[in-house]
Amino acid sequence: MNSKRNDRIATGVIYLLVGIVILLLVGIIGNILVSGVPHLSWHFLTSASSSFEAGGGIRDQLFNSLYLLLLTLIISMPIALGAAIYLAEYAADNWLTQLIRTTIEILSSLPSIVVGLFGYLLFVVQFGLGFSIIAGALALTFFNLPTLTSNIEEAIKGVPQTQREAGWALGLSNWKTIRGIVLPAALPGIITGVILSAGRVFGEAAALIYTAGQSGSTVDYSNWNMFSATSFLNIMRPAETLAVHIWKVNTEGIIPDVNVVSAGTSALLVIVVIIFNLGARALGNWLYKRLTAAKIK
Amino acid sequence: MAKKEQDLQEVVEQAIAQQKVPHVKFKGINPRNIDIARLTKPSKETRQERWGKGLTALAIVLIGLLIVAIIGFVGMHGLATFFTDKVNIFQFLFSTDWNPGAGPKHVGAAAMIVTSFAVTLLAAMIATPFAIAVALFMTEYESGKRANLLQSVMELLVGIPSVVYGFLGLTVIVPAVRTIFGGTGFGILTATLILFVMVLPTITSLTVDAFKAVPKELRKSSAALGATRWQTIFHVVLRAARARIMTAIIFGMARAFGEALAVQMAIGNAVLMPYNLVSPAATLTSQLTSQMGNTVMGTLPNNALWSLALLLLIMSLVFNFLVHLIGKKS
Amino acid sequence: MRKNNVGKLLAILLFMPLFLVGCSQNRQKITIVGSSALQPLIEQAGNDYHLAHLDSNIVVQGGGSGTGLSQVQAGAVQVGTSDVFAETQKGIDEKKLTDFQVAIVGIVPIANKGVHVKNLSRQQLADIFTGKIKNWREVGGKDLPIIVINRSRGSGTRTTFEDLILKGKEAVNSQEQDSNGTVKKIVSTTPGTISYISFPYANDENIQKISINHVEPVNKNIPTNKWPLWSYEHMYTKGKPNEATAKFIKYVLSKKVQKDLVPKIGYLSIHDMKVTRDSQNKVTKIGD
Repeated sequence: MNSKRNDRIATGVIYLLVGIVILLLVGIIGNILVSGVPHLSWHFLTSASSSFEAGGGIRDQLFNSLYLLLLTLIISMPIALGAAIYLAEYAADNWLTQLIRTTIEILSSLPSIVVGLFGYLLFVVQFGLGFSIIAGALALTFFNLPTLTSNIEEAIKGVPQTQREAGWALGLSNWKTIRGIVLPAALPGIITGVILSAGRVFGEAAALIYTAGQSGSTVDYSNWNMFSATSFLNIMRPAETLAVHIWKVNTEGIIPDVNVVSAGTSALLVIVVIIFNLGARALGNWLYKRLTAAKIK
Repeated sequence: MAKKEQDLQEVVEQAIAQQKVPHVKFKGINPRNIDIARLTKPSKETRQERWGKGLTALAIVLIGLLIVAIIGFVGMHGLATFFTDKVNIFQFLFSTDWNPGAGPKHVGAAAMIVTSFAVTLLAAMIATPFAIAVALFMTEYESGKRANLLQSVMELLVGIPSVVYGFLGLTVIVPAVRTIFGGTGFGILTATLILFVMVLPTITSLTVDAFKAVPKELRKSSAALGATRWQTIFHVVLRAARARIMTAIIFGMARAFGEALAVQMAIGNAVLMPYNLVSPAATLTSQLTSQMGNTVMGTLPNNALWSLALLLLIMSLVFNFLVHLIGKKS
Repeated sequence: MRKNNVGKLLAILLFMPLFLVGCSQNRQKITIVGSSALQPLIEQAGNDYHLAHLDSNIVVQGGGSGTGLSQVQAGAVQVGTSDVFAETQKGIDEKKLTDFQVAIVGIVPIANKGVHVKNLSRQQLADIFTGKIKNWREVGGKDLPIIVINRSRGSGTRTTFEDLILKGKEAVNSQEQDSNGTVKKIVSTTPGTISYISFPYANDENIQKISINHVEPVNKNIPTNKWPLWSYEHMYTKGKPNEATAKFIKYVLSKKVQKDLVPKIGYLSIHDMKVTRDSQNKVTKIGD
């Protein structure tokens, strides 16, 4: 009964390896949360960071991260959506399409540091945008586009062919079929894809160090005029995000409570990513249920 | 044009004359009333179609432009080392003497290239068995809730910022390596261990896809022949998914090769040919991140760094090429 | 129609930057980029200045001395900060730049606590960093191999250290770390390590500061050059600074900042110096 024994050994080995991975996962995430969560307080989340004294918070960094994420999505969504629709619905199966797909894959495997340096050269230096939120958002768009495009494409391809045929049978144009039938049906998948890619953008640091910059300017949260230099909505001001903040306090931080700040910030980042992941799933499921239920009515 | 309209009119009249289905009131359409302009011009649907196709194609063109711009810019700066500063390209690739501040004779990136490859290969080697085991667990052994839970936790790993990994490496892995293996704790081994965790989710999720793509019938026929689960996995599933697993590993390697911040914090940043796994070394990315701010734009030390970036770019092209090659073969 | 709106939004977003660039040029915006060592000081000074002059807008960025110098030379920023003289950087034309020395920062060799060495002669220090001395026993410490942790090539701290201690000799090829924080973390935890960091970072129980020729590394030894390992913190402008920039630099040099903020962060006021040093490292007594 050699094969039976082999089967048992193999099963044992697989369960062992999986066990090790689970231990690793729990260890890493647990470590980050356990060492960081105790430092998370309302004060920490809502006060400005300090240049050299203890007790600083991460208010600006938290806002900047969210704002940058929002801008990145606003810029990259239309492009990714367009590209994904083209690839899923229009592209013929020829060398050109192959080339396009390869191009997108290359973009997705580019090291983020290269993207950051390119953004620095093009946006910061060449276009004269300086270290600014918009330069950071453009760099992150590069970083985000390939993942977003392929996520959306998957979602669109997941819509059954029969639904499209129904649209054509009604005499709708291909484009109208896509807009009126395929996109709504693919919406849950698209939203899940967007949120998952948002998690990656949220934690990116290397692409931002040389584009959005490593420190903020004085920000006024009561100034809603986007064009005022001190407004928190101004996209021309430099901005430090949470991930960059962790990097900075650990390397050049002069504040005495470096460990507290970086552990707290790390935990916050991980929590936000967890919320994103769970949120993506929940929202996707909810939308799916609503859309499909609505059809039965 | 007039000829064309006449032809069209004839065709319509002929159609009406030949009409055989009585309940369609074709006769009601008076030939005089046919709006030739409307018939010959593209319909609303066609215009919509063109508009939609154009818009989406524009997005594709934009992405293409981005790629060209990246390659152009990095290439321009990276090649300046060889054309403006007259550094010999063989020396750049094979010399280990890295001190660009001292002149064009001291621009050798071999130590960094070797380290980058060593770290990448080792990380992939460690991660692959784990990834395959986890993927098998999720597809062949368990499915439903447990597999889903494991997968969502894995996805979480992708979202953890690389700075956090670097920080963990610095506070946990470095001291551990130092106590167990001696040395300073900084080096290839430490970087490998960090990268292993970072590429694990990438390789795992792609491997899961690979296993899921293997048709159920294959498994069933294997089982019908009396094969044990392991025999089915080993002889059927693994074999059928081989090419896609390779692709998964290469994608993982591409990610490891380009990782910057986490590696920089853990590898020690000494531009030396690594002589063992615990001696401090430097990768292309770690050198790039730590040096960029200290060099002046347009000078040799700065150009040399751009050459490293170009090398990274070329490597990610190579990884992509490999993926396609494997895809074609299977 | 949703799609069309998205397209319009995209167009607006693409043109907004150009518009904003136009706008921001008119403002009294001062962008200061460069030395990460000077960053906390200028950041804090900028914040205080903003409270008194609400129309001012001062933006401070790190990025390294090299970045600061090349950006100010290119005219991309108003002020480039640096830990080294512009003269020492290749590719920088110092004649185009105006130098404002705003503070002094000391540099101190540090070692792991376990080596039991508190003092080294200047020669010994040079020998360690050039690789001649390889064990702490040779300088009166424990029998432990010396692990040199150098700073990144081209960084201000390393340039200063090598000019003043090694005097042109080539340092041994070793681990390099870019930042004060990481160096401190590594030295405090790794047995046998030696490195050097700026004074403000050195107030830590877990590392051993090392005296040179029995002179203690404290700020009061710097003005007379008794502690020789220090460097200027420079603010460079391209040509003459514009009005807003000149006003801010004047503020940084004022008593308020120099007497209060500068020592608080751990730097030394430029006004306390009794000697000057030029880019060739020639030291002259003030008043001579």
